[in-house]
Amino acid sequence: MKHIKAVNQKAARIEAWVAHEAEQTQPTELDVVGLESRPPHEQNGPHFPLGCSLVFSPGWEADSSGGTAGLCQPVERDIFDCHLSCFWPAHVPDQLNHSADWTGNCASAQKDWRKLDLIFP
Amino acid sequence: MSLTMTNGAETLALREFHPFETDGITYLYMVPSAGIFRMEGPSDAILNALGKGPKTKTLLINELSDHFGIDLLLETIDELTEIRAIGDVNAPRELVPNDLPPAGFPLTTMVLNVTNKCNLACTYCYEYGEDKIVDTKYGDQPKFMAEETAQESVEFLLEESRGQEVVHLTFFGGETLLNFPVLQETVAYARRRAAEEGKRIEFSLTTNATLLRPQIIEWLADNQIGVTISIDGPKEVQDGLRVFHNGKGSYDVIEPKIKELLKRHKTRPIGARVTLTQKNMDVLRIFRHLTEEMGFWEVGLAPVTTQEQRDYAITSEGKDNMLEQFEILAQEWLECALNDEHHGFSNVKDTLEEIHKGVSKAYGCGAGLGLMGVATDGDVSLCHRFAGSPEHTIGSVTEGIDRAKQGQFLVDHHIASKTDCHTCWARPICSGGCYHEAHVQYGTSSHPNLHYCTWVRSWTHTCLEIYGALAEKNPKFLNRFDA
Repeated sequence: MKHIKAVNQKAARIEAWVAHEAEQTQPTELDVVGLESRPPHEQNGPHFPLGCSLVFSPGWEADSSGGTAGLCQPVERDIFDCHLSCFWPAHVPDQLNHSADWTGNCASAQKDWRKLDLIFP
Repeated sequence: MSLTMTNGAETLALREFHPFETDGITYLYMVPSAGIFRMEGPSDAILNALGKGPKTKTLLINELSDHFGIDLLLETIDELTEIRAIGDVNAPRELVPNDLPPAGFPLTTMVLNVTNKCNLACTYCYEYGEDKIVDTKYGDQPKFMAEETAQESVEFLLEESRGQEVVHLTFFGGETLLNFPVLQETVAYARRRAAEEGKRIEFSLTTNATLLRPQIIEWLADNQIGVTISIDGPKEVQDGLRVFHNGKGSYDVIEPKIKELLKRHKTRPIGARVTLTQKNMDVLRIFRHLTEEMGFWEVGLAPVTTQEQRDYAITSEGKDNMLEQFEILAQEWLECALNDEHHGFSNVKDTLEEIHKGVSKAYGCGAGLGLMGVATDGDVSLCHRFAGSPEHTIGSVTEGIDRAKQGQFLVDHHIASKTDCHTCWARPICSGGCYHEAHVQYGTSSHPNLHYCTWVRSWTHTCLEIYGALAEKNPKFLNRFDA
């Protein structure tokens, strides 16, 4: 830091931490991080792009490893997205209270998706 | 540029810190990190501008660009953002972290109440006086700690200190020297056992000095035992509240004994510990008497712990008076420190060490964690002040710590539970204060000591100013606090 001076021991540690953080994240590479590429500070570790791909929900741009290899799931799998695995309030039936059996006839989404019925509250 | 870099439209505001000034230089005491930063360049101007209210970065720069270059302003804004002195006005307030100490936290200091009997009857005594929490007179506990219990305590300390290489054993009472035989045996035993365990052990004790005699003084010096004398000051002050059971004052008895001790015992610094009450508030006279006339190396002063209706309880005007005198001594301390000289006012030294390190406490003190007290029967309590109180007992030296009880204590007394403290800038250092003080004042040890808030903030501010002056003018002096 050039315009503020660390005076006590804790301040010196804060300064060192700030410098370390700055070193870890090079500004020019922070601009936009493609989902399939990794930002510099995560080159050596797993990369988890934001979004539901965290819990492996095909239909997104990347799989849980940040690549696309895991994406070859039937598009019908997408029907269940936001239904069980995600907190997002999507337009899918409420399986906890009112429509516990909504997916009862649909053992495999790829084959049985037509058996999913409409819900009338 | 960095992650914290803000864009022009973002509205900036001041975040949590306490500013202080020494010799025209502004410093920030960051809360809750306890880091101290000196403001240079345009930092002061930026803080002043934002002190009038939040504004966008663009507006802020426009306002200050007559006096400072834009690049300089941008860099300084970035740095102030990085240390969290300023930030987005909508950024959520930092929560007080409620992380508990890791399991297996080592015990470093153990206070043995080797007796709960005393040959004095000081009016304000928290062990025998009106605010006592244990029936020391008619209770079930033995009056004296047995040698066996003391040895078990040593084993307990060595075991619970885990990887610590240095441990501290402190003897307390009652009047500690009433149980001199056990003291002697225990020190010898502890020294031998610590050596066998590859640890270093340090000893100290607190005494009222009435029972000091040549043989004891020799033993204290030979064994390098740190001694703290409880004494209130010159004769008229000492004899006011520190009296024998027949009401006779104790000054004439202790004065020659203390002088003898100070003459002979040079292996460890010997300190005086003064209890201030509404009836003895002449801090400057007490301090001068104890250092200049008596010859104590250090004097620490603490206000009495008692309920406010007692006639010796310090009133709020009394606290102001006490603070004014503390500040005079603190300035004297600073003058000495600037010249690399010793000054015996230990209250400043203790606070300054914490400021230098930047401690940010989750607990008011180490009681129940790194420090524990042992009652005469071997029960382990939060600290010596609670020794023998069932409510504050967390185990015994033979059966070990009741981890569930200790765990609950650590949750209840954590700064995260003291919501009153969450908006106070002094919380890194105070953290709610003494549990025993809280227990006497509010009936529960987990209550923050709200009756001392103003006092603690004023005193901490004074010590911050002293720290700033030393850091600027004689930074080498601060190296002694480095460890």
